[in-house]
Amino acid sequence: MYDGGKILAGIAIFLVAVLLPVWHNAVVASAPRPEVKTPTHEKQCVDSAAVMRASHMNVLNQWREAVVREGVRTTVTPTGMTVSMSLTRTCMNCHANKKEFCDACHNYLAVSPTCWECHVEPKGSSS
Amino acid sequence: MKAGRRSFLKNAGLGALGLAASKAFPTNAEGAAAGGGPRWAMLIDTRKCLQEKGCAKCAEACHLAHNVPTLPNPRHAVKWIWKENFREAFPDQEAEYFDEVLTSSKMLVFCNHCDKPPCTRVCPTQATWRRGDGVVMMDWHRCIGCRYCVAACPYGSRSFNWVDPRPHLANITPTYPTRTRGVVEKCTFCEERLPEHRPPACVEACEARAMMFGDLADPTSEIREVLRTRFAVRRRPGLGTHPEIFYLV
Repeated sequence: MYDGGKILAGIAIFLVAVLLPVWHNAVVASAPRPEVKTPTHEKQCVDSAAVMRASHMNVLNQWREAVVREGVRTTVTPTGMTVSMSLTRTCMNCHANKKEFCDACHNYLAVSPTCWECHVEPKGSSS
Repeated sequence: MKAGRRSFLKNAGLGALGLAASKAFPTNAEGAAAGGGPRWAMLIDTRKCLQEKGCAKCAEACHLAHNVPTLPNPRHAVKWIWKENFREAFPDQEAEYFDEVLTSSKMLVFCNHCDKPPCTRVCPTQATWRRGDGVVMMDWHRCIGCRYCVAACPYGSRSFNWVDPRPHLANITPTYPTRTRGVVEKCTFCEERLPEHRPPACVEACEARAMMFGDLADPTSEIREVLRTRFAVRRRPGLGTHPEIFYLV
């Protein structure tokens, strides 16, 4: 191989540069997993914690379609509760603090859902 | 089997006839409340409405309930319910010898919730549609802000959010969403109150009882009784949109 040393060195430098975030995380401890505060006055959410963690966005989308497009406003949840399908009136009733609940994970994962551009966050949640 | 030209033409003719008949008599009739549900409509007694000069309690109640902003630039105005000069509200009404009180006054106008709404036909994302109960509904999640509906509505009932409305809201009602920049909005007949058997916010706020909300599909309803006994007009009926807001003059 002509100029083998130069090529291999170049590849090595390239890999170091491209994988810099990985090295950075390996050396410096990665950001701590967010601690989500769960409400104290209600024991049960509209579905199991695992389902809510993985697919709360799908639940919210289904609720949205049902309420806005089909005019169905209440549902019986898999956990057997009858709830109003409302982000602000049902979800935020328990998870009242947007900063400590929604934003904690969304910021950690760098996702920015557009819910709050229109929906109004509960009072005092930005404090 | 050998099909002669004659029998082929006969069968083709029969087929065409059948197709035309199925078009002429649709199986699920649109228009009147499909499925036997209610058909919401509103009636405005203009004389009662004009009794109190400058009264805007209906608009205040609506705008508070639905987070409708008051914008400084009139060209950015977002309107759900407002007052329009008589001649602009009823441009095709020949009113030379009408009572001055009426023709020089401002008429209460808002979305007509037409039976044949032109706005819903042009929406490319189905963000607006006519529900079975007559409410011309909007899904703000789905609106892409193309403003076709604004152009299609002959009553100017639709407003586009040119600026973020949030900073222009004095009081925000937390249970109702605000809108965002780039979305079209309009009166929704208080569809959020209807399942709770509450009349629209404007009707509830009117102290002169000039507004009446009711079910046209029910022949015994109060609104049908008034429409039977009094003469009511609608805005620009010649356009064929079949507005469901009636005005007693």
